[in-house]
Formats: sequence, C-alpha cells, structure tokens
Amino acid sequence: MLKSLKAPVLSFLGFILIGVVLEFGFSAFIQITALFVLVNIILAMSLNLVNGTTGQFSLGHAGFMAVGAYVSAYSSQHWVPLPESLGFLNFIIYAVLAGLFAAFFGFLVGQPSLRLKGDYLAIVTLGFGEIIRVALLNMDFLGGARGIHAIPTLPEGWGLSRFMSQYLFGLFWTVTCFFVLWRIIHSSHGRALLSVREDEIAAEAMGVNTTSMKVRAFVIAAFFAGVAGAMSAHYVRYISPSSFGFLKSVDVVIMVVLGGMGSMTGAIFAAILVTLLPEVLRGLQDLTGVDLRMVIYSLALILVMILRPKGLFGEMELPDLWRRYVRRSS
Amino acid sequence: MSDALLEVSGITMRFGGLKAVDNLSFTLKKGQLGGLIGPNGAGKTTVFNMLTGVYRPTHGDVKLGGRSMVGLRPYQISHHGLTRTFQNIRLFKNLSVLNNVLIATHQHARTGLWAAVARNQAFRKEDREMRERALDLLKIFKLDGKADEQAGSLPYGQQRQLEIVRAMATQPKVILLDEPAAGMNHSETHSLMETIARIRQDFQLTVLLIEHDMKLVMGICENIVVLDHGVKIEEGAPERIRSSPKVIEAYLGVEEE
Ligand SMILES: Nc1ncnc2c1ncn2[C@@H]1O[C@H](COP(=O)(O)OP(=O)(O)OP(=O)(O)O)[C@@H](O)[C@H]1O
Ligand SMILES: [Mg+2]
Repeated sequence: MLKSLKAPVLSFLGFILIGVVLEFGFSAFIQITALFVLVNIILAMSLNLVNGTTGQFSLGHAGFMAVGAYVSAYSSQHWVPLPESLGFLNFIIYAVLAGLFAAFFGFLVGQPSLRLKGDYLAIVTLGFGEIIRVALLNMDFLGGARGIHAIPTLPEGWGLSRFMSQYLFGLFWTVTCFFVLWRIIHSSHGRALLSVREDEIAAEAMGVNTTSMKVRAFVIAAFFAGVAGAMSAHYVRYISPSSFGFLKSVDVVIMVVLGGMGSMTGAIFAAILVTLLPEVLRGLQDLTGVDLRMVIYSLALILVMILRPKGLFGEMELPDLWRRYVRRSS
Repeated sequence: MSDALLEVSGITMRFGGLKAVDNLSFTLKKGQLGGLIGPNGAGKTTVFNMLTGVYRPTHGDVKLGGRSMVGLRPYQISHHGLTRTFQNIRLFKNLSVLNNVLIATHQHARTGLWAAVARNQAFRKEDREMRERALDLLKIFKLDGKADEQAGSLPYGQQRQLEIVRAMATQPKVILLDEPAAGMNHSETHSLMETIARIRQDFQLTVLLIEHDMKLVMGICENIVVLDHGVKIEEGAPERIRSSPKVIEAYLGVEEE
C-alpha cells in the first residue's frame, strides 16, 4: 500500500515546484490561468475515460461539472465540518461531496448509453447538460440566474499564500485523478472498458458485461468532473448556470479529440494547450488591435485535425511516443 | 439424455418473413466434437448467434448443463461456459495480441476496482497470473512471440487463431467455432484441425464447428448436423452424412463451394 503511494506522492511534491515558480515569478493573472489548467486537465482526463477509452460519445461533461460546482459552493457556505485550522481539509471534503453528487448523475446519464450509440448518445448527454443548466436557473435557493456569490476559497495559513493553497488543492486533485484513472485504465478493468470501444459484440461474447462497464465509465468520469467543478467554484468564487453551458462541454471534447482519443497524456497536453493558447494570443491582440484569438485558435484546431486526424498523440501515451522517437532516431 | 452438455430443442429464428432457422434440435455430449454444416445462407451462423445470446430464439430452448440459456445476455452465457469465435473476425483490432486474450480472462478476475487503484499485492499477483496464463494460451498457436503486436496487424490466418485463443481464455466448457479455417490454405487448415483436436483433449472441451469444407469436417467430427434453408436435413456420424442423398442434393446445388 505504501509502495503504491510512492509515485503519486512524489509527483505531487515535484509539481509543487511549478507552484513556487508561479508564486514568485508571475502575475496574478497567470496564476489563475494556471489554476484553470489544472481544472481543465481533470476535465479532459475524465472525459477521456468515457469518450476515448470506452468509446462512448458524451457531450454533457459541463453538466457534471455544474453539479459539482454548486454542491461544493453551497456546502462551503453552509457547513464547516472541521475546525478552521484544518480549513484545507474542509475543501477536500466539499470536493468529495461534489464528486459523489456528480457521480450519482453520472449513473443516471449512463443509463441511456446502454441503448444508444454515437450521435444519439451525444444528443442525450447534451440534453442532460442543458437540463441541469435550466434546472439551476430555476432553483432560487441556489441563486437562480444570479448564481452563487462570495464562495469561500482556500485559506491562507501554514505559511502558504492564498494562491499556493489554491494551487496545492488543485494539484492534489489532479494527481489523484491522474493516478486513479491511469491505474484503472492499465488494469483488467481498463482493458474491459477498451473492449467495449473496440467491439461490443465480441466483448460480450468474451464475458464482459458491457452495460456495467459503460455505467462505470460514466460514474467515474462524472465524479472527477464534479471535483473539477468544485475547484473552479472555489477559484473564481462566483458561479452561475451560464458558467456551465454547452460550449464548456464542447471545449472538453475538443481537448480529448485534440490530444488523441484514449490517450491520457494526450488529454493533459491538449488541456494545457487549449487553456493557454487563447491567453498567449491575447498579446497579439494588443499589437494588432483586433481580436483574432478565436480565429487563430480555430485555425490551429483545423490544422491539427488535418495533419493528425487521430489527435496529437493518437492513441499512444507519452512514454510510447518517446520510445518510438528514440527507436526512429537511432 | 443426461450426458448431454448442450441441448438444443426446437429453436427457430425468424427475420421478418424469413425463417433463418426452423425448429432445430440437436445435442452435444461432453467432450464431443460436433460439426454444423450446410450451404451458404443455411442458417449456421444464426444458430451460433442464438446459442450465445446475440439473438433470442423466436421459439425453442437452449440448455447448457441442464440450465436454460434463453433470455440471458451474451456475457452471462459466456460466464456459464459457452463461448465462440466469429466468422467475420471480431478481434479487438487496435489492441495488442496479449490484451485481446487478457480481456477474455477478465470475467475470472477477483480483485476489484479499488484493488486496481491501490495497486495492492492481491492486484499485482492476479495481474501477473493473468498474463502468465494468457501467454501460455498463446503458445498453443505459437503466438506468444507476437504478444505485443497489434491484433489487427496479424496475418489473416493468425487472426483466426487468435480468435480461438481468446475464446479459450474464457475457460469455456463448450466452444463454438465459426469457420475457423476460412481463408486458410490446405496445410494451414490441416494443422489447425490437428490443433483443435489437441486442445479438445488437453482442455476437455466440447466443440461445435461450422465448416464449409466437407472433407475436413468428415475427418474430425464425430457427430454432424446438416442444415439447409434453416432446416435440419440430416444428422449423424460422418459415414451416414457422406452417403445421405439429401445431403448430396443440398450440396450439389452449390458445387462450386
Ligand atoms: N440479422 C439478420 N437480419 C435479417 N436476416 C438475417 C440476419 N442474419 C442472418 N440473416 C439471414 O438468415 C439467413 C441465414 O444466415 P446465416 O448467416 O446464419 O447463414 P450461414 O449458414 O452462416 O451462411 P454462410 O455459410 O454464408 O456463413 C440468410 O438468408 C441471412 O441473410
Ligand atoms: Mg455463417
């Protein structure tokens, strides 16, 4: 057990370094962008489990994110399970709660996936996301269209600045999400998920319960989408139904497709790219005076999909790509 | 008929107006190697689809070891020990040869998701054992050297062999082989049949084989069922089939086969 915690703990400690660099070398704007890189990495990795690994087409990830964001925001305003000095842990608890709620919705949305495939499933999950959004608009105790303001954020303390504790919170979940998903995918269960994507009829004949596999994928992915929603709620400190529209779901799908369906490291890479690119292009806007960000962003996407139709990483993970590169160049 | 492992009674499959299989009954004893033959479109694959739960028979019953399989999902039937290969190869093409076999062993996995996430001792031990077992099975067709290759990149004949290995990995009692020799040349077919006979012995399998090549079926099957237009026209030992006028007539119509 201790041995299996080694890699996650080491990666957590290693990536603290990036936080330190951001803390001392960069503006508040870049810091918040970095936090959203973490949110998007979790969204992309988790959606990849459904769309990439299991081969289902979900377009409702923002819906799960919304559930998580609202659960975490609401509970942080009304409930303090642990004393102030353990404030950090409170937020972990809110996020877990957010994840569990979202996972429950993942279970519900997983049901139609048992019957529907491809475009049809995409439409149903898209509908789900919209239902969540409209339902939130009409829930007065959650602020309706105004949303929730003044959401508590992570506490300073233990010598940590606010940004640093926000970063550590996000890093904790990113590392957790990565290792949980990576280990599931690289286990017998993950192979069973892959078999659903590859050929459902053959998978069933080999004894794989394809329906339970699909529901599992939805539940696990929704859990982490809920956590990502919680993170974003505590980072921005303000949420409203419009923060979780259809376009947010599309964004996440773009990350997964761009990275390469089924490649976790590809999803991470694409999440970083898609989050940073518009921000980097902002500088260009200052020069030219026109907002070409979205044009360039779209062109870049089209270009990648023409040159690498299977996504930047294809189906491969970073270590595979590296090995292939080394083999070619030797 | 208490020694019948697989008992098929009166199964019928209608597709709209077409009766693809009509009131078919036969049994397979434990350890038997049976053959299912018939001209193109006779309904052979449809029989397999009904036995494995892909289609639910319009009428009739299928019993495995005395238990009815009708209405069960394909994966449940596989858990009961009935598995198959596919005529139109259905490997997990983008996955490695080893992973194809490992997926079929998943139904016997005892460690759950949490163990996988925790990477605990039980998980690691089971994962290692699964891989060893899968590699052992691949040795049947000397495919163990290709364990890391993509299944879809194997030559056609080896893909068919891999289908058999994958089915074996479910640890079946009964295995249904749908034209395992299709597209193979004479010597490949010959060695395939020897292997099938051998694994039947070694694993105490009961086998039902669909095959077009009459000579081949006659050579190794003990009991043969002949279908034509969905109807059983003959059943029995090879000698009986060979001399049956009905069979000769059915096959004369498709001489070019
Ligand atoms: N899903 C389906 N819907 C409608 N008709 C079908 C379906 N599956 C099979 N059939 C029809 O049922 C008949 C039997 O088909 P089947 O595939 O079982 O024959 P087969 O004996 O396996 O033939 P072959 O030797 O060519 O493999 C054919 O006429 C076929 O067109
Ligand atoms: Mg057929």
